[in-house]
Amino acid sequence: MIDWIERQRYIIDFTLSSLLRRKVKNFGLLALYTLIVFILASTMFFTYSIKKEASIILSESPEIIVQKLSAGRHDQFPLSQMETLKKIRGVAEVLPRLWGYYYEGGLGANYTLLVPPVTTNKNGIEETTDSITSVENKENAPDNPDKPLFQYNDTKLKPGTIIIGQGIARTRNSHVGDFMPFRAYDGSIVGFEIKGILSSESELVSSDLILISEQDFRSLFGIGNDFVTDVTVAVVNPHEVSTVASKIVNILPDSRPITREDILRTYESIFNWRGGMMIVIFSAAVLAFVIFAWDKASGLSAGERQEIGILKAIGWETSDVILMKFWEGAVISLTAFFSGAILAYIHVFFTGSLIFEPALKGWSVLYPHFVLTPFISVEQLATLFFITVIPYTVATIVPTWRAATIDPDSAMRHSGD
Amino acid sequence: MIELSKVRKVFNADNPNEFSALNGVSVKISQHQLTVLTGPSGSGKTTLLSIIGCMSRPTAGRVRLDGRVISSLPERFLTDIRRKTFGFIFQQPNLIKGLTVLENVMLPAYPLGESYSLLKAKAIFGLDSLGIANKANAKVEWLSGGEAQRASIARALINNPSIIIADEPTAHLDTNLSFRFMEIIENFKTEGKTVIISSHDPLVYNSSLVDRLIKLRDGQIEG
Ligand SMILES: Nc1ncnc2c1ncn2[C@@H]1O[C@H](COP(=O)(O)OP(=O)(O)OP(=O)(O)O)[C@@H](O)[C@H]1O
Ligand SMILES: [Mg+2]
Repeated sequence: MIDWIERQRYIIDFTLSSLLRRKVKNFGLLALYTLIVFILASTMFFTYSIKKEASIILSESPEIIVQKLSAGRHDQFPLSQMETLKKIRGVAEVLPRLWGYYYEGGLGANYTLLVPPVTTNKNGIEETTDSITSVENKENAPDNPDKPLFQYNDTKLKPGTIIIGQGIARTRNSHVGDFMPFRAYDGSIVGFEIKGILSSESELVSSDLILISEQDFRSLFGIGNDFVTDVTVAVVNPHEVSTVASKIVNILPDSRPITREDILRTYESIFNWRGGMMIVIFSAAVLAFVIFAWDKASGLSAGERQEIGILKAIGWETSDVILMKFWEGAVISLTAFFSGAILAYIHVFFTGSLIFEPALKGWSVLYPHFVLTPFISVEQLATLFFITVIPYTVATIVPTWRAATIDPDSAMRHSGD
Repeated sequence: MIELSKVRKVFNADNPNEFSALNGVSVKISQHQLTVLTGPSGSGKTTLLSIIGCMSRPTAGRVRLDGRVISSLPERFLTDIRRKTFGFIFQQPNLIKGLTVLENVMLPAYPLGESYSLLKAKAIFGLDSLGIANKANAKVEWLSGGEAQRASIARALINNPSIIIADEPTAHLDTNLSFRFMEIIENFKTEGKTVIISSHDPLVYNSSLVDRLIKLRDGQIEG
């Protein structure tokens, strides 16, 4: 046993000194390998996290959103039509929503302004919810996930005040207590006091969000008291979503019901496009790796061959040589694996996928700064391990096997140096 | 004692370039003696040494080491016998570049996994007895030809072999160094080691140390 450990130690020792002897070559190898792992891991982390974010958003979106159309164009929804909707069979609840996009020319940024939904509590007093799970907030979410997308527990939203997302706070360098100016629909400038900043589980949704009181929202966008942006409809039986949606169009021909399925499709196309980009990058990296490993597997350099011949001639067994090459492959690939994965983690979750930014452009100005919540699964890392470390290590051993089975007397024959 | 009977070695069998390097060599090599193989280039000296030293297997015939047939053993056993019984001195020093002299000398013992301090002490002792202990931590690239050969001799001795095989050991040495080499061989003899050398250097095969001279020609023993 002691001998066995000593033997491993000697061979690892020799391996390390061999690696150092070919410093330039091995350093280049390591750098290339790390780069490939970095790209693979970055795409993996990125696509996985963004899918995870998307699924959180989707799990919380309302079953049906109803918009009003005027001449085919999205228009303000008259509150009077809410009663009509409530009467449709299969409709459980209809809730008004007030929200809109606001373009800030100076920063070239789009904000989403949202009036937090109002609920009526047991005592008949209206109050705003203190925790919202998504923009398309679904009231009384049945199996409300334990992770709300943002919360503003302590701050009560009063007219004249707003609560802003972290992305906005960051880009504008705004703090609680600052005033934020807006240009209203009639051209006048209004300022609102920042009362709070959203704490966030997922910045993807809340980073560009501004919560605003109903009164301020109406005066900013010039929306009358009889109108809202759109309404959400909850159905009694989830299987009847499409039936209810078609009933809505029948009864209100100038309305447009958008089901969760529709939203899902939209999101999917967005995320799939980004995912598609990632798949392209990913496959390019895999290809590079295959070529790289193949190059490695296709043979040993003359120097290495001669060295193995000498080792065998002086009494190393084939298994000793293979053990040495195994350690060599393991040292290189584990180092590359860990450094590549750690760099990718920093890249994706701390720098906002800086290197992929060109591919991800088209996000609102705020988005490139958003920081994905680190979602990493053991399976991901295991997959990465299996597609990099294992094939590389095998690729280092295979040619050695061939070289090691040749007779050691080759050492007696080559003409030397 | 090493006993060869009707040993043949055919390279590239069943190929157009098939070549028979040894054609039925039968010979007995006694212990504690200096045996020298000589003969023209291509006569099969190196091939024969590599078969004796368990580096390769004969195509036909038998090799016995102390009565035990070793010619048909699988590679693992051959390696084991080789590293415990034989020490090789090659025509070129065959040292591994980038390592120090000390590391090169210790290298054959690595797979045996003995204690580091003991191994190091042995290696230093070996280098010392060959007069190059001061070069222990030098990289092998810096050594002179004679120093490199002595380093390779120290390496051949690290596992304390009872038989030493040297293939053309003086081919790259000047006369002075060749004499020094023969002195080392003399020491081996006094230590009771068996030494087998191939050489066409008269300085070696005419030496008074030689106990037996075997002449090879076309893969056969002459006379
Ligand atoms: N691996 C091989 N494949 C084919 N032929 C070989 C091989 N090894 C040796 N030979 C041939 O076998 C013959 C004997 O070779 P060997 O090296 O034993 O000769 P030698 O007596 O040591 O010669 P030298 O004095 O030049 O070293 C030579 O003709 C050589 O070309
Ligand atoms: Mg020869």
